[in-house]
Amino acid sequence: MAKQYKLVRCTVNGKAREVMVDVRASLTDLLRNDFRLTSVKKGCEVGECGACNVIIDGECFNSCIYLAVWADGKDILTLEGLEGPNGELSDIQQAFIDEAAVQCGFCTPGVIMSAMEILNEGRELSDEEIRIRMSGHLCRCTGYENIFRAVKKTMMKRLEAKKGQ
Amino acid sequence: MYDIKALYEAASVEEAIALLQAHPQAQIIAGGSDVLVQIREGRRAGVELVSIYGIDAMRGVTCDDDGTIRIGSLTSFSHIAGSPIIREKIAVLGEAVSLVGGPQIRNIGTIGGNTCNGVTSADSASTLMAWDAIVELKGPEGVRRLPIQDFYIKAGVVDLRPAELQTAIIIPRQAWEGYHGHYIKYAMREAMDIANLGCSVNVRLSGDKRVIEDARIAYGVAGPVPMRAPSAEALAKGRPVSAATVKAFAKAVLDDIHPRDSWRGSKVFREHIGVEMAKRALAKSIELAGGALDG
Repeated sequence: MAKQYKLVRCTVNGKAREVMVDVRASLTDLLRNDFRLTSVKKGCEVGECGACNVIIDGECFNSCIYLAVWADGKDILTLEGLEGPNGELSDIQQAFIDEAAVQCGFCTPGVIMSAMEILNEGRELSDEEIRIRMSGHLCRCTGYENIFRAVKKTMMKRLEAKKGQ
Repeated sequence: MYDIKALYEAASVEEAIALLQAHPQAQIIAGGSDVLVQIREGRRAGVELVSIYGIDAMRGVTCDDDGTIRIGSLTSFSHIAGSPIIREKIAVLGEAVSLVGGPQIRNIGTIGGNTCNGVTSADSASTLMAWDAIVELKGPEGVRRLPIQDFYIKAGVVDLRPAELQTAIIIPRQAWEGYHGHYIKYAMREAMDIANLGCSVNVRLSGDKRVIEDARIAYGVAGPVPMRAPSAEALAKGRPVSAATVKAFAKAVLDDIHPRDSWRGSKVFREHIGVEMAKRALAKSIELAGGALDG
C-alpha cells in the first residue's frame, strides 16, 4: 500500500501551522520531527509515563497515543510555548528549579504541562486533588514531593496575585 | 510510526458505517488508548483503521424531558466525571470512571471504547451494568438497543455486527431515579492500574429509609465479562435496612461470581474481597441514600 498522507492545519504554541502528515505518525512524531519541539519526550510510547504530555484545546493528552492526523483544527501547547518573548522561564518552570523538582529532567516537560492544566483552572485545588491530577507521570528521580511543592506554590502565588488585582 | 496499513477518518456516524462496509477488515479506533497500545505491542500490526474520533456528534451527556440520560459513546471519562447531569443523577458513574488509568488517559479514553473492547476489568462497565444501562448501536440495518448485559458475549467479544458501531449509552429514568450507588476498585496502585476486582452497588430505599426496595450489584473481573450478582440482589430486595441484611447480601454474591486465578490475584482472594467489597459498597450506598445501619 502506498504511503498515506493528510494535510493537517493546527495551532502550535500560538502559531498557525500547516503540514502534510503521515497517517501512521503519532502526535509525538509530528511535534518532534516536523516542528523540532523536543520537550515532547519519547518515553514508554504506550501512554503510561506521561513524558510526551501536551495540552490540546486546554486538556492534557499523552501525544504518543494520539494520532497526528487528529491534531487537525486543534490548539496545541507544548513546554516551548511557556517561555517568554526573550526566552524567560515561566513561573511554573522557575518554581520547579527553586523547589529542586528537576533532577534528570526527562519527565519534567510532561509534568509541567499537567501542572499548567491545573494552573489554568484558576482555582485552589486541595492537596489530594493536586496529587490525583499529577498522577499521570512517572518520575524516577525526585520522589514526587518536590514536584508537588512546586505546583502548589505556583498555584498559591497565582491565586494571591489574582486577589491583589 | 505506527504499523497501520491504512487509516480512514469518519466525520459522521453514517460515514463511519459506509467506511466499515467498504473496508470489512478495518477495525474501529475511538480514543485509541487500547488500540494504539496494542498496535505498538504488535498485536494488531498492519491493521486498517476507521477512526471515529472526529465524530463530535457522538460526544456529550444529555438528559431528555422524560429523564432519559444519554451518554455519547465518544464522551471521555473526564467529561463524564465533570458532567453536571452525571454528578446529580448517577454520581457513582463519574466516580468509577475517575479511577480509570491516569488523568491523560481519562481525557482520551471513551466510554464507548471501554465497553466495546469487551474487557471485564473496565471501570465503567460494572457500574453501567448495575444501572441497567442500554447500549445503542447503529449499523447498515439501522439502530439497535440492547441491555448492556446482552451486549457482552464473552471475554473480549461484544455484540457488534459487521459495520456497526456503538453510538450511545442510555440510562432510562426508572433505572436511576431514587437510586444511590457506590463503586469500589481494588487495585495495587491508586493510579495507572487495572482492577483486581471492581464492585458497583446501588440501592433504592423506601420513603421511611427502613426497607431496601431494590438493590443492584455488578462486578468486573469476577468472571470473563462484567456481571451482575442476581442471588445477592434477590436476597436484599424488600428486606429491612440492617447490618444483617448487608451481611447476608454480601455472602450471597459467592453464588454468582466465579473469578479466576491470574497473576493479579487468586480466585480465593478475589472471592474473599468480593464479599467484603459487596458489604462495604452496599453499606455506603445505603448511607448515601439516607439510610442508617443498626450496630
